[in-house]
This record gives sequence, C-alpha cells and structure tokens, in this order.
Amino acid sequence: MAYTSEKPKLPESIDELRARIPGWGADLDPKDRPSVPREIYDPGATGAHWDFPERQPEKWPRERSIEHAFLTPVFGTSCPPKGLSGVIRKYAYRRFSEARAAHWLLLIAADRVDVAESRITGLLRGRPDNVIAQTGVRSELTHRGLSSRLRDRRVDVVHQPLDAVIAMAPYAVAAGVAYSVIKKRRKR
Amino acid sequence: MRAMVYRGPYRIRVEEKDRPVVEHPNDAIVRVTRAAICGSDLHLYHGLMPDTRVGTTFGHEFIGVVDEVGPSVQSLKAGDRVMVPFNIFCGSCFFCARGLYSNCHNVNPNATAVGGIYGYSHTTGGYDGGQAEYVRVPFADVGPSLIPDWLADDDAVLLTDALATGYFGAQLGDIKEGDVVVVFGAGPVGLYAAKSSWLMGAGRVIVVDHLDYRLKKAAEFAHAEIINFAEYDDIVVHLKKITDHLGADVVIDAVGAEADGNLLQHVTSAKLKLQGGSAVALNWAIDSVRKGGTVSVMGAYGPIFNAVKFGDALNKGLTLRMNQAPVKRQWPRLFEHVKNGYLKPSDIVTHRIPLEHIAEAYHIFSSKLDGCIKPLIVPTES
Repeated sequence: MAYTSEKPKLPESIDELRARIPGWGADLDPKDRPSVPREIYDPGATGAHWDFPERQPEKWPRERSIEHAFLTPVFGTSCPPKGLSGVIRKYAYRRFSEARAAHWLLLIAADRVDVAESRITGLLRGRPDNVIAQTGVRSELTHRGLSSRLRDRRVDVVHQPLDAVIAMAPYAVAAGVAYSVIKKRRKR
Repeated sequence: MRAMVYRGPYRIRVEEKDRPVVEHPNDAIVRVTRAAICGSDLHLYHGLMPDTRVGTTFGHEFIGVVDEVGPSVQSLKAGDRVMVPFNIFCGSCFFCARGLYSNCHNVNPNATAVGGIYGYSHTTGGYDGGQAEYVRVPFADVGPSLIPDWLADDDAVLLTDALATGYFGAQLGDIKEGDVVVVFGAGPVGLYAAKSSWLMGAGRVIVVDHLDYRLKKAAEFAHAEIINFAEYDDIVVHLKKITDHLGADVVIDAVGAEADGNLLQHVTSAKLKLQGGSAVALNWAIDSVRKGGTVSVMGAYGPIFNAVKFGDALNKGLTLRMNQAPVKRQWPRLFEHVKNGYLKPSDIVTHRIPLEHIAEAYHIFSSKLDGCIKPLIVPTES
C-alpha cells in the first residue's frame, strides 16, 4: 500500500490475465509502440512529394491567425465570412492572436450573431428553420426518450432541460426585442 | 449533393449543397460510403467550439470511394476504396516530418495551436466534413489509405478516429506491465482505450462513467472493472480506497469538454460557454492518479481557458500527456490487432442511421437515448 514500499498485489496474476484477455501484452514493450518515440524524423515516410506544397488559390481574403507567417498553402473554403458575423470574425482574426481571450470570445459572439442572421435570411429566402425537424426531437418518441432517462442513475438529466432553452434562445431574444419595441411605441 | 448542415446550437438539417471540387492539385473528391458521429462532434453541435459557422458540414470520421483526383495525385485513382484519417496533414512541414501528423502547420490558417480536421469548425481550418455524399480530401497522397480487402466498412470507419484515438490514449499513458489503469468515460474512445490498455500489459483496468448501459459495455467489450460515479459521494476517495490508497498508475481522460459530475463546471462550460470545457474528468484524473503517475488526456477541449487543478498536478509530480491522435501512425499496428481478433471495432456500434435522418441521430447520441454508444451515418447517393 501507499504507506509501505511494495506495490499492491494485483487481483489477478499476469498468467491469468494473459489467459482471460485476448491479445493481453501484444504491445507490452513500451519501445515497440506506434507513437514511440513521439518524434521520428522521417520526411520520406509520409508520401509527400514536395518540400513545400503548391499553393491553393485564394478566392477571397482568407482570414488567418496572426501567429502564422502567411496564409497556409492549403485551407478550407467552407462558409466564407459574411454579414455582421463576418465583420466580427475578420476583426477577431486581424486584431487578436490565439493567446488572447478576446480572440475566442469575439468568435463565440460572432457564432451567435451568425445564427440570428441565418434565421432571418432563411425566412426571407422562403426556407425557414423547422425547430422540430432540426433538433431531431421526434426521436424522443421513437427511441425511448423517457425510459432512457429513467432507467439509469444518470446525472445529466438534471441539466438537459437547458438544452431546449439554448436551442430556442434566438427566438426568445427576438420575442423580447419585439415586445420591448411594441411597448415603447404604445407608450408614445 | 445531400449534406448535413449546422444551423445553430442543437440544430442541424440536411440540405442540397454543391458537390465539392478539386481546389488544389493534390486534392481528391471522395464519395462517402460510411460516416460516424464522434463524441467531439457534439461539442460543435452544442455550440461550444469557437467559429462554428452556420452552413458547415460536420464529420471527421468517414470512408468512401475516390470519385476524382487532382493532377498531382499519384497514389490514388477513381474507384479506390479509401479510409481517411480525421487529421488533414501535408506530410512535409516541420511537424509532419517528425510524425506529428495531427499538428501539421500547413493546413490550418485559422489557428497555429491545432492542425486541420475535417468538418470541425473554422478553428481547425474551415473544411467541410464527411457527413455528406461527397467530401474534399486535401493531400490525397498523404492522408488516405486503401482499405484492405479483409476490412469491413463498419470497422474501417472506426479506425479513422475513435479506435486510433483510444489506442493512442493508452500509449500516452506509458503503461507498463501490471499497471493499474483508470479510464474516465465509457464512450467509444474510453472503451477502445480500456481495451488497448490490456494490449500494453495493464494489470487492472477500471472504467468510470455514470451511464450503466455504457459501463455494461465496458465490462463486456473491454473486460474492465466498472464504477458508476453517481453511486459515490466522492469518486476520487473511492478510487483511492480500491487502489490501496496509492491511486492508479495511469489515468486516461476519455470524456473531455462536456464532462458531468459537477453541475457548476458543466453548466459554465457546456451550456454557458464560459470555459473551453468542463474539466471534471480531468480534475478527477489528476486527483486519482498516484504521485509520479501519468494522466493521458484524450477528451477534446476547446481553446478557451479551463478551471483545471494544475497545482495538484504539480505537487504530485505528474506527467500530463495529450495530443490529437496522429491517426495514420497507428494504422499498421491496428490492422494487425484487428486481423488477429484482438480488436473488433464495430462491436460498439449501436445505431446505423441514413443521412436524411441525421438530426435524429445527433439528438439520440447527444441525449444518450436508446442505449446509444456509436451511431454510424449511411449516406444515400443522389
């Protein structure tokens, strides 16, 4: 035990483990494991046939971390920045390094603005968001929603109602704004 | 093509999107035949990962058939059946040249701290993922591999992240013969990490979770001792008691950013996004490992600050090891283990759901309904 020098005895001997567990000890030698040593200098092993990759065309000013010397030669092209969320995102990348909390907090704020913008544009384009379909909540009826929660001693059941609040937050905010505007106009 | 699209926290839909095109000479376009939802996809789904844009297609675990290749691709051709590691990597930067494929410096302009990952927000490069009919695969000569004929699709797709990550997590624990290993989390990565710990000679493997059905799987699939932390007032004290008050030699955190067990930690991170993740499992790992022991962190955390008990880690002289798994480095050995019957990846698959019903799949997985452990997504060709 911890208060004396010897290591506690295992409940099963090594021989018993070897007999019970398929493959026990197949990777026993710590030096003979795929990620050991962590760094092995072998640039020829990767299949790359370039010293520095050819550059992918930059079709719009691609936002990048200011900790990079330049735009990486390859990058994703999903969802270019747009609208107010795009302005916030571009500012977060241009102004703050990854080391600054402001960088990440601005990006999270932009994510919320993006959701609000997308709700509005979805509506204007005739493709409004369908809360029931998008949240997959119908599976509560088809995949044992209630019994899955009641069966085990689950600790997450306590906070799961918050999920619905978060999913509906943009609507709650919109309703709050609309209510305050109407109230102000009525006062006038 | 049909593709899953993020619409905001807890909300996704399937949309018609443009088929991806070759944007770089070493790109391939792959028709997806099988994808999976990863536990870390839930961090995106819940809006926890900064710069997750509405319209993004998730999915970093997928396999498929090559549909088109760029002009410089030498090792693949149309029609090849390929598995694609979740890491996007160039193969030639400082880090790739040293085997740190998950830390590639040439693929993610948005951040230097993390490499490129398919469908995992702009923080990991802004690439669309594989929960779609087609996906763009950069550096086709470096990342993907041909799927061996003997390997089934449902097994191959799990080698692209979950199995490789669990196995890598056990390696980072530096397990020696007879070591006591505790794994927090009985999700896919935790189950694979527990199973892999035996391969490395563990003398005892204990899996901790709060979901009984997952713990049952840990006992059956990973031959592990199981503990439901909800039954104990203080899980750390219990772990000390059952390890002769020494603590475990190695603890693996296979939970990550949305850990339960402390309501304040969970709500401030997973719900209010005020932290990069709930560090409950990580703090338990630090406190339940023995002095001089090793904590291997495989659970994913966001880039913002976390409330981690770093003082305990210092005072106990711990070795903290972590990284995103360099998946392709694990494959040759994992192929051997699968072929020898030591690992059967698809044993943990509980649901196979068509792409058109992916919103339900996310809800089932996120809310842990219907005994869900690992859902696979089956795209339908348009």
